[in-house]
Amino acid sequence: MKHALTRAALLLCSAGWLVTAGPVLAEEPQPEPKPLKLTTTADHTKFKQLQQAFNSGPEVTKACLECHTEAAGQIHRTKHWKWEYLNPETKQTLGKKTVVNNFCISIASNYASCTSCHVGYGWKDANFDFKSEENVDCLACHDTTGNYKKPPGFAGNPVVKDTEFPPGSGKIIKGIDLTKIAQKVGKSSRDTCGACHFNGGGGDGVKHGDMDSSLAAPTKDIDVHMDAEGLDFTCGTCHKTSSHDVAGSRYTPTAKDSKGAHVRGKPDNGNPATCVACHGNGPHKKEARLNQHATKIACQTCHIPTYARGGIATKMTWDWSTAGKRDAEGKHIVKKDAKGRIVYESRKGDFTLAENVKPEYAWFNGQVNYTLVTDKIEKSEQRTPINRMGGSATDGKSMIWPMKVFRGSQPYDSVNKTLVTPHTAGNDDTGYWKNLDWDKAITVGMKDSGHPYSGKMEFLKTEMSWPITHMVAPKEKALGCAECHSKDGRLAGIQGIYIPVRDNNRLLDTAGWAIVFLTILGVLGHGALRIVTSRKH
Amino acid sequence: MAERIYVFKRFERFWHWSQAGLIMFLMLTAFDIHGTYTIFGFEKAVTYHTIAAWSLIGLWVFAIFWHFTTGEWKQYIPTTEKVLAMANYYLFGIFKNAPHPFKLTQLRKHNPLQRLAYLAILICVGPLIWVTGVLYLFYDKWTAWGFGNLSLEWVANGHIAGAFMMLAFLIAHVYLTTAGHTPTAHIKAMITGWEEVD
Repeated sequence: MKHALTRAALLLCSAGWLVTAGPVLAEEPQPEPKPLKLTTTADHTKFKQLQQAFNSGPEVTKACLECHTEAAGQIHRTKHWKWEYLNPETKQTLGKKTVVNNFCISIASNYASCTSCHVGYGWKDANFDFKSEENVDCLACHDTTGNYKKPPGFAGNPVVKDTEFPPGSGKIIKGIDLTKIAQKVGKSSRDTCGACHFNGGGGDGVKHGDMDSSLAAPTKDIDVHMDAEGLDFTCGTCHKTSSHDVAGSRYTPTAKDSKGAHVRGKPDNGNPATCVACHGNGPHKKEARLNQHATKIACQTCHIPTYARGGIATKMTWDWSTAGKRDAEGKHIVKKDAKGRIVYESRKGDFTLAENVKPEYAWFNGQVNYTLVTDKIEKSEQRTPINRMGGSATDGKSMIWPMKVFRGSQPYDSVNKTLVTPHTAGNDDTGYWKNLDWDKAITVGMKDSGHPYSGKMEFLKTEMSWPITHMVAPKEKALGCAECHSKDGRLAGIQGIYIPVRDNNRLLDTAGWAIVFLTILGVLGHGALRIVTSRKH
Repeated sequence: MAERIYVFKRFERFWHWSQAGLIMFLMLTAFDIHGTYTIFGFEKAVTYHTIAAWSLIGLWVFAIFWHFTTGEWKQYIPTTEKVLAMANYYLFGIFKNAPHPFKLTQLRKHNPLQRLAYLAILICVGPLIWVTGVLYLFYDKWTAWGFGNLSLEWVANGHIAGAFMMLAFLIAHVYLTTAGHTPTAHIKAMITGWEEVD
C-alpha cells in the first residue's frame, strides 16, 4: 500500500515533470515569510530601553541615545536645532531665532508657543541650553503613529497627562502615550515633516502656499512625485539627509543648478533637493527647445502652474494695522468668509486667502538679503522687502523663479526706524493676543530680543518673497507656451530678455503692415484701372 | 487661335503649387504665432509652422536639384534688356491695350521684371527668412555652434521682417498672374503647363 502510494506519487511527479518540464519544488507548502517592515532592520518594540513608561520627552531621548549615541550631537549642528544660520555670502546671521517676518513676526518672547515646532524640549525663553543632548526631540521627526503632538504653549514639550490649557479655560489637551510612540519610531515621513512645515505661519498652508496638509497623501495632480498612489516620495526623497542634516535651504537656495544629475561618489554633487539633481540639465527629450528655456527659467516656473492646489487656502496678505478692534461687549472679534475661513481676528488683523494662486515671477540668483530688526528702514510709499531676492537677467547666476509674494503691514518703531518684535503669544498681561495692547507687547518683545524701542509705533507696509518649489504638477499640466509668449502673459514684468510675442517690435509691425497694405492698395488700384480702361477699348 | 507653348513642366508645376500651399500655410501659422490672430494658438501654430518649414526645405532640395540638372536655373539670370519696357508696360501700356513687350518662349518663360523679382526673393528675402528661421529652430544649439552672442531679438525681428516682405510679394505675385494674355492665361499655364501667347 505504502509502495503503491509512493509509486503513484512518483508517477505524478514525473508526469508533472514531463508536462511542465520544470523542477517540482512545491511538494511541501512553505510557510509564508513573516511580514516584515521592509524599511528597517530593527523592531523597536523589542528594545528593553523602550519598554518602560515615559513621563517626558527627554526621558525618551535618553533611551534613544543609549543606542544612537551620536544622534543628538548631529542634531546640535543643524538649523532644525539651532534656529540660527550664518549666511556665508551676506554674513547675515539668520535663522528663526533672529529673523523677522510679516506673519507672526518673530519668536522672541513667544518661545513657549513657537518652539512647539523646535526639534527640542523646553525652549521657553532666551536661556535655552543648546548643548543639552536629552532635550533633542527624536520623536518629532521619527514618529510613525501620527499621535505625537507638541501643542503650542508648552515650549516644545508633548503633553503626557490630560491638561487644562490655557489654565482656567476649561479646554483639555489629552495626554499622549510616549511609550507606544517610542516603540514605533521609524523614518521621517511627509506627516512628520508636515507637522511643522505644512503649518508654517501658524496654520495649514498659511505661509508657503506650496506646502500644506494636502501633501500628506496627495494625488498626482497635486504633486507628481509625492503622489500617494504613485511615486509616493517622502520629503526626504529629495531633501536627502545625512547625519541628520537635511539638504535644502531657504536662506541660501540653489537658484540655478548647473552641475547636472547627481552621480554617486562624485565629489561636486551639490544640493540634492534640486530638480536637476535627478533630472539633469537637459530633461526635455522630445522638445530640445525646452532645454534652452531651462537655461534661463527655473523648472518650477513651468511645472508648478499654480500653488495652493490641494484645496487648502494660503494666506496672501496680513494687515496687522487693523488688529485690536473689540465688539460692543469689549470682546475679541473673529470674522469668517463664506467658506468658513478666518478673514479678521482682533488679535491679528485682516487677512486675505487664496487657492490655486498663479505665482509672481522674478529673476533670482539664490541670494537673499533679510531686513533684520537691527536695520534702519525709511518709511515710504513702497513696500519694504523683508527679504530681498537677488538676481538679474545678466548676472549669469539667475533664473526666472515663481514666487509667492506675501504682503502685509506690521508694527514699526517710527523713531528708531526699525521693525519690532512684539510679544504676541502668551497667557500673560503683555501678550498682544490676549490684551490687544501694542505698547506693552512691543516693549516686552523688544526687551526680550535685546533691541531698543522708542515707544512710538506705526505700521509699515512690507512684503516677503517665498520661492515656490513644491506641488510639481504632472507634465501634461505644465504651463503652455502662450502663458508667457503673449502680451500681458505671466512673464510680463520680467526685464532683460526678449520673449517672442511679448516683445514684438511695434515699429517693425507698423512698417510691415504698411508695406502689405500699400501693396494691396497698389494692386487694387492697378486692377481697377485695367478694368476701367479695358471697357473703353 | 492663339499659339500655345509648353512652358511649365510637370515637376515645376508640382513644385510651384506645393510651395504655394506651404508658403500660405506658413503665413497663416506665422501670424498666429506672432499674435496677430488666434487660429491654432501659439503652441500648435509653432508645431505646424515648423513641420511646414521642414517640408518646404525638403521640397527645395528637390527643386534645386531639378533646376541644376535641367539647366532651368538659367531662367533666373537677371537681364536689363526690356526691363524698362516691362515697367512701362505695367505702368502705362497695359491700360492702353498695348502689346506685351515680352515674347515668352520655353527658354525665357519669365519676363525681365519677373526675373528680377524672383531673384530678389531668392537672394534677399529667402535667405533672410531661412537663416533666421533655422536659427530660431535651433535656438538651443547657438552656444554649441558658436553663436552664443547672437541676439534673439535681432533674429526674431529679421524673421518677422522677412515674413512681411514675403506677404507683400505674395499679394503682388497673385495679382500679376492676371496680367497675362488673358486674365487667367498665366494661372492656366501654371496648372496645365501650356501658355497661350499672341
